[in-house]
Amino acid sequence: MTPEPAADRDPGLQPERTRLAWRRTTLSGTVVAVLAAKTALHGGASPAAVTAGALCCVLWLCFLRIAHRRIRHLASTNRPSSLGPPYATAAALCTVAMAVCGAVLVF
Amino acid sequence: MIEFARNARLWFAPEEVRREGSTPDYRFSLANERTFLAWLRTALALIGGGFAVDQFLPDLRWGWRVGLALALLAAGVLCALRAVNHWVRCERAMRRGEDLPVSRFPALLGLVIAVVAVAMVVVVLVGWEG
Repeated sequence: MTPEPAADRDPGLQPERTRLAWRRTTLSGTVVAVLAAKTALHGGASPAAVTAGALCCVLWLCFLRIAHRRIRHLASTNRPSSLGPPYATAAALCTVAMAVCGAVLVF
Repeated sequence: MIEFARNARLWFAPEEVRREGSTPDYRFSLANERTFLAWLRTALALIGGGFAVDQFLPDLRWGWRVGLALALLAAGVLCALRAVNHWVRCERAMRRGEDLPVSRFPALLGLVIAVVAVAMVVVVLVGWEG
């Protein structure tokens, strides 16, 4: 009754930990998107604020997509290849764009 | 700054990073990726903090509130850009078999957070009295 794939699995569970790190980061992004929506709808809800809030939610979806693709890759193989620079850059730029939307909302 | 601009080219060029050196143990790459994600979470937390200052301290004067919120948002932007830059540098150093890059950024960020925290305490105390 020894499970077959266990022999080849990384005992340190590195892919799993990386997967959870992506999930945690997406969750942090969710908090930011929710706060952005709250700020956008709070007090008046001008067209500019609503646009920036909606943009934040779209950026969150982009981040979710990046995370999901990476997680699928991590789950598909026992020896995942390293993260490609476009993914890392896209994830960071999503974060930066959220901050820019935030600046518009706060102002 | 010039070094930063030179690295920025690599942010978009996977083939250029992979052309150099040899592929390290995948576990090292994954650890580097997790560090990158941890920095990204820090950036997101700073951005969330900016929103929180704006939303949950309504009694502050407009200038203070917006100033603090923008400072936190700017710190988040810096943190995110630095995260991807440091990740690329680590990735390249591992491929070339060099020492990992050292950085003054964590100390700097720690100091800035401490200053902002002190400013918050002062602002909240002054805000209550005024």
